[in-house]
Amino acid sequence: MTKTQSIKRGVSLYSFQEEYFHRKMTLADILAACSKLDIRGIEIIGDQMIPRYPDISEEFFKAWHGWMDQYELTPVCLDMFLDWNKYKGRVMTFDERVESVTRDIINANRLGCTVIRVIHDVEPDLLEKLAPVAEKYQVALALEVHAPSDLDSPLEQRLIQLFDRLQTPYLGFTIDLGIYCKRLPRVVTQRYLREGMAPALAQWLTDAYDNQQLSHAEDEAPGKESLAEMVLKRGGREWDIYLAYMGTHMIYSNPRRLLDFMPHIKHFHGKFYEMLPDCTEYSIPYAEIIPVLQEGGFSGYINSEYEGNRWIHDAFEVDSAEQLRRHHALLKNLLGEA
Amino acid sequence: MYDSYLIVGEEFKNIKHAGETTGFQIGMRLCYYRGIVLSLIDGIRLTVDGEEMPQEAMTITVGGRNFPFAELENQPVAKWEFGEVGILTIHKPGGLTPGEHTVNLREHLKISYVPMGFSGVDTKVLQLAA
Repeated sequence: MTKTQSIKRGVSLYSFQEEYFHRKMTLADILAACSKLDIRGIEIIGDQMIPRYPDISEEFFKAWHGWMDQYELTPVCLDMFLDWNKYKGRVMTFDERVESVTRDIINANRLGCTVIRVIHDVEPDLLEKLAPVAEKYQVALALEVHAPSDLDSPLEQRLIQLFDRLQTPYLGFTIDLGIYCKRLPRVVTQRYLREGMAPALAQWLTDAYDNQQLSHAEDEAPGKESLAEMVLKRGGREWDIYLAYMGTHMIYSNPRRLLDFMPHIKHFHGKFYEMLPDCTEYSIPYAEIIPVLQEGGFSGYINSEYEGNRWIHDAFEVDSAEQLRRHHALLKNLLGEA
Repeated sequence: MYDSYLIVGEEFKNIKHAGETTGFQIGMRLCYYRGIVLSLIDGIRLTVDGEEMPQEAMTITVGGRNFPFAELENQPVAKWEFGEVGILTIHKPGGLTPGEHTVNLREHLKISYVPMGFSGVDTKVLQLAA
């Protein structure tokens, strides 16, 4: 088997959130659609499409495995959250955090998933504590590197030290390809205009993003001009500040940096905002990224994560299946699949 | 960015108990891409024709259970599912007058991994049946 063939294609059902939210498609409908699109690897957000998560009913487990058989699908990844602020007046204790993620690990195992997408606000000491649990249930805990962070951000660097020290295949990263977003998605700019943003401001945000001159909330420091200040200075409204923060949250990092950390990379989110009719992505240069994964010998899943939906649904009918068809045509092409 | 879906107008009506109009209700959805436990709801603000409805008058119905607004912060288990239409009931003796009303709904959620949390705002002009 060549390296090219060892990268597998899948989908996060996040991609179908529009249809699910409006009850246009049930979970079973969505899984049938994935099968029809020949996308076999499945990732699910427990809190999005599993009723009463994390209390998954026996009935749900049974239905889930039935759908996997019926539609010839493979469970791949469960996406978890750690709501450490859910108790009134206090944050979760360390033991409560361990208990919460342990529950996710057991749920992932029972769903047949081999990876958990770990949310970004999980600390290294918690992952270290959970490594034996992950190993016991054979589920890799893969913390998501998501814009505006990248592999060189402080948390990620601390995690790399941990991963190097522990040398376990059950801890690592999920990489969201939104960290390789070369230009501002067009769907974002177009939405800005529909929301009444002045065209000059929308253009300025686009140019500033594309030239990597925008400030992110996370790196705003005293004395440094914030994105809010930048927007106000250019005549923006309060609503424009919100739009600017929501829409420019991605970054363009160097994909080749992946090669330095490949053994720690367990999973990818194939983020996309707009698949064009020619099956290229408007803002993320897949043709630059996928060869790096091949060069590094990555052998896991790239799971599509369609996020353009929320930028167009105010004005257009969202067609997630068509966007996914194009995305997988792109992936198949780059992976050299017939 | 689910803003335009927050208010569900089909559920907009006056509420009667024993022949008396005790208030009104609207349908509402979460401004977020997953279901959450109720204690993560930081704020729900509703105005009708510019008049702000007091939070003490609010009851939220999700998953078939009723929660006064003040009770939400004590609910780290009960969930509001993704896309589920919850009912927001406002205790207001006499209810609203039949006809057109401008309804504005703001939600703010405490989401641990996002410093700003998630917010949504929706305004709809709705007809209240006589």
